Amino acid sequence: MTQAVTTIGKRIFSRSSTGYSRRAPYFFLAPALFMLCVFFFFPVIASFFMSFTDFDIYGLSDISLVRLVGLDNYAELLRDPLFWIALKNTFYFVLIGGPLSIAVSLSAALLINSKLARLKGLFRLVYFTPVVTTLVSVAIVWRYIYHPRFGLLNYVLDIFGIQTIDWLGDPFWAMPSIIILAVWKNFGYNMIIFIAGLQNIPDELYEASKIDGANAVSQFMSITLPMLAPTMLFVGIITMIGYFQLFAEPYIMTQGGPVNSTLSIVLYMYQEGFRWWNMGYAAALAFVLFIIIFIGTLIQLRVQKSGYEG
Amino acid sequence: MKRGHKIILNLVLVLTAAVTLSPIAWMVSVSLMPMGESSTYPPPFFPSEITFIHYYDLFERLNLARYLMNSAIIAVSVTAISLIINSMAGFAFAKYRFRGRDKLFRFLLAGLVIPAQVTMLPLFLMLNKMGFINTYLGVMIPGMASIFGIFLMRQYMLSIPDSLIDAARIDGASDFMVYRRLVIPLCKPIFVTLAIFTFMGTWNDFLWPLIVMTDDSMYTIPVALANLSLEHVQDTELMMAGSVLTILPVMLVFMVLQKYYIRGIMMGSVKG
Repeated sequence: MTQAVTTIGKRIFSRSSTGYSRRAPYFFLAPALFMLCVFFFFPVIASFFMSFTDFDIYGLSDISLVRLVGLDNYAELLRDPLFWIALKNTFYFVLIGGPLSIAVSLSAALLINSKLARLKGLFRLVYFTPVVTTLVSVAIVWRYIYHPRFGLLNYVLDIFGIQTIDWLGDPFWAMPSIIILAVWKNFGYNMIIFIAGLQNIPDELYEASKIDGANAVSQFMSITLPMLAPTMLFVGIITMIGYFQLFAEPYIMTQGGPVNSTLSIVLYMYQEGFRWWNMGYAAALAFVLFIIIFIGTLIQLRVQKSGYEG
Repeated sequence: MKRGHKIILNLVLVLTAAVTLSPIAWMVSVSLMPMGESSTYPPPFFPSEITFIHYYDLFERLNLARYLMNSAIIAVSVTAISLIINSMAGFAFAKYRFRGRDKLFRFLLAGLVIPAQVTMLPLFLMLNKMGFINTYLGVMIPGMASIFGIFLMRQYMLSIPDSLIDAARIDGASDFMVYRRLVIPLCKPIFVTLAIFTFMGTWNDFLWPLIVMTDDSMYTIPVALANLSLEHVQDTELMMAGSVLTILPVMLVFMVLQKYYIRGIMMGSVKG
């Protein structure tokens, strides 16, 4: 076996005049490029075209029944109240949950990175633990924690004299509940990145500003935050991309309810595409999500860039 | 003053740790409670007596071993295959000069902003045509090559000195031999890192296996658990036991290899 592979290898890697094989890099790239082109980039393009068709359950059984409908799916989206609700909910989750999650990550990183902190390694490990848990499992766990009668959260709040809240049953509280779960689950990841960023800031900067009489707050504003700008950009982008894909939490905890208050774009896409098989319509939904994420990334790049120059 | 700061800061650290761990501790604790005990007021944090009946139930009545095995087969296979494919591509990007290399690499990185959900509808149709729905392969295919994995491999391999590779070539090693005998052994740490990322990502993945596995016997553990949780809403203790079993394998892998995992996050963030 090895012998055969070696002979084939020798033939593929016939050497050019320089002694280096010219074909070798393509051989090494081929499997990855093949898989990515066929099972990633091609479906992206196919999805784009699908969004201009009326692909549905009939198309699934007989593809010749699929017709081009131009921009009909997109026009339909604009008229669809559920789409606007899902869009609003998703933005709610991203715009509140994202910054909140980043703020918690940064606070945790600052705490752990402080010279006064003890047992840094242990705390880092503990804070990171939720990141490696399975989202489906912890969504189930939190569903019980949020239970209006027997939930741990209401019990703890009760001790402080706060009235019982029907976390997942109240349209007002359902999305905040999901945000709390998401922050808990994710903050450890960005925390690690922030800790690395903080450790790259030279101590001399802090010492120099101390001599100038700067206090902790002004040090944070004038040294820590500007020096963390590249880290912040990276964290901002990956967090945004991740949060726009909200799905499992509402699927498990609320099924998009109550009264659609936690219906997200991806959950709506899943329901339309894989429950009702309105695949053309679902493809339009997916593409809208992609465009939003793309624009969001561009905006962050632009804002941060102007921040550098300004 | 300084001492006061120190005490407050460490107190905050401890409190945050308690809040962070309490849902996980509560999950484990409730999974050991007799049936119905958690649905009393005030909610007990510790079981009045420890029972493993729910774990027994999950395996005996609810086929959990089957789902765990499905997940294990898929996660281990994807990990092994993706390590080979991504490391080969990373090697080409890091150690060869060929036309369009940097353009191609930038193009791939740009692909990172495309959410996987965009691919899922056509991918489902393709796999359906190929007969891969309800198969392990169907769940595995999108994970076999990953842009992030290629990126991670390339970054690490850039640090291998060219002189080492040249020396091996002068000794008559073929390109494949260089990759197999020199590069892979040197890259062991990054292999471990990417292996953990892929294993955990695949094990924890939910949406794609939910779409591909329509037949009960093929469910991965998160899909099965999600399904159970919608049927057995009242069985808090049972669901907690199921959650513990789902998390346990990834948690063990993480505990043993956390150093490599953390390094991967930091490497991934070096260049966005």
